[in-house]
Amino acid sequence: MTATHYPYYPGCSLQHHTHAYQQSAEAVARVLGFDLVEMDDWNCCGATEYFSVNRLPAYALVARNLALAAEQGATELVVPCSACFLNLHKTDKNMGRYPKLGERVNRALAAGKLHYEPGTVKVRHLLEMVITDIGNDRLKERTRRPLYGLKLAPYYGCLVARPDSVFDSTEQPTAMDKMLEALGAQATSFALKTFCCGGHMTQISEDTAFGMIHRIVRNAAQSGADAIVTICPMCQLNLDVYQDAANRYFETDYHVPVLYFTQVLGLALGLTPKELGFGQEFVDARPVLDKIQDVPPPRATPARRPKNALPMPTMPE
Amino acid sequence: MDHTPRALFAMINAGMEDEVLGSNTPWYCVSCYACTTRCPQQIPITDLMYTLKEMAIRAGRYDHPHVAKFSETFIGFVEQRGRSFEAGLATRYHLFHHPQQMVKLGLMGVGMLRRNRLPLRPKSIRGTDQLQAILAEAKVIAAKEAEA
Repeated sequence: MTATHYPYYPGCSLQHHTHAYQQSAEAVARVLGFDLVEMDDWNCCGATEYFSVNRLPAYALVARNLALAAEQGATELVVPCSACFLNLHKTDKNMGRYPKLGERVNRALAAGKLHYEPGTVKVRHLLEMVITDIGNDRLKERTRRPLYGLKLAPYYGCLVARPDSVFDSTEQPTAMDKMLEALGAQATSFALKTFCCGGHMTQISEDTAFGMIHRIVRNAAQSGADAIVTICPMCQLNLDVYQDAANRYFETDYHVPVLYFTQVLGLALGLTPKELGFGQEFVDARPVLDKIQDVPPPRATPARRPKNALPMPTMPE
Repeated sequence: MDHTPRALFAMINAGMEDEVLGSNTPWYCVSCYACTTRCPQQIPITDLMYTLKEMAIRAGRYDHPHVAKFSETFIGFVEQRGRSFEAGLATRYHLFHHPQQMVKLGLMGVGMLRRNRLPLRPKSIRGTDQLQAILAEAKVIAAKEAEA
C-alpha cells in the first residue's frame, strides 16, 4: 500500500442522500487500514448542471477545490462520487491541456486569493484507488465471509469510464468484475455496465429517464444478477428510488436491489449489514444477504457432446 | 429529440444557426460522454452540446426553458451556499415549473425522509465570500470573451 491517509472529497450526495455509501466506505477503510481524511471547506462540484450552461464559472467552481486541496498539502484526492470525480479530473486535465483555459481559471481563482497548478493533485476514484493500492490479492486475503453463491451485476455507469478513462475500457471495463470475483461472488455478464442511468432526466423528462433506468434494470435481471453493484450515488438513486416508478410505467415487476461496491466489499470483509448502512435502500436488499452460501457453488460441468451429434470436421490427409 | 447529433452538426456546417439554437437536442444530453469516446473524428460532442446550450440561453432561443431552469435553480443554491440542496431544488423547481407533480414528488420525498435520505436544512461552506468572488470574476471574464 502506498499511503495510510488519503485526502478525501466526499461530495454533496454522500453527505445528503446516500449516507450508506459514506458509512460503508469509511467502515471498509478502517478494516483495510487506511483513513479517508475529508479535505477542509470543499464546495459542490456543480454536477452536470453548471458545466452544461456556464462553462468558465463551472471550471472555477471545481478548481477552488483543487486549489484548496493543494494548499492543504494534498498530492492526491480520493473521490467516491462519479460526477464529482469526472468534474475534478476533467478540470485538472483540461487546465493543463489548454493553457489558455488554465490561465483564465487562475485569473478567476485570484479573486479568492487562490492559485492552482494543473497536475499538482491527482484525482482518483475510490474504486480505482482500492483496486490499485490495495489490490485484489490483498482483498482476497482479508475476506472473512466470501460471497459464495452471490451473482452481482457490476455497474460502472458512464462518468468514471469516460472520457479520460481510468479503467481498461471505456465501454466494457472489467476491473470491478475481477474484484467481485476475488471476494467469492460471481460477476454476471452485464452488457449495459457503462450505460447512463439517466442523470438529471428524472427531474426534467420522466419518460426518458424511465426508459434509461428500465433497460439497465432489465438487463441486469436478465444477466441473472441478485443485485446491481454501483460506484456512484446518482446511479444508486436513479436505479433504486425510481425502480418502482419505472416498473409501473412499463408494467413490469423487477426487484433488483442496488448496492454500493463498498457495501458488498464490507460484507466480504466480515462487517455487519448494519455497519454498512443496509436498510436505506428502497428495493429491499435483505433477500440478497440470505443468498450468501457457506461453500462455493459447484462449477458447472461443460455439456457433453450428444452421441448422435455430427462428427467433428477433420482435415483431409 | 428534434435532430440526431449527426444531423445537428451537419446543420452547423450548413450555417443553419437559428434552427440549431432552437433544437431541443442539446437539452436531452445527459452528459454520459458515450458519443465523445465513440466519435471516430474525435469530436468532443458533449462539450459542443454544452456550448450550444450556452449560446441558446444567451440568444434567448431555446425550446425547453424548464430544462435550463432546472440547471439554474441547482446552480443558484451552489452559488449561494457552496453546496447543493436537493430538498430546496426539488421543491423550488417543481413549484414553479411542474406544480401538478408536487403530490407525486411529496410521496417520494416522504420515502426519502423515512430513510434519512433527504436533509431539510441546507448546508453551507465557510468560504462562501471567497467562492462568490471567484465565480463573479469568472463570469466577468466569460462575458468579456463572449463580446470579443
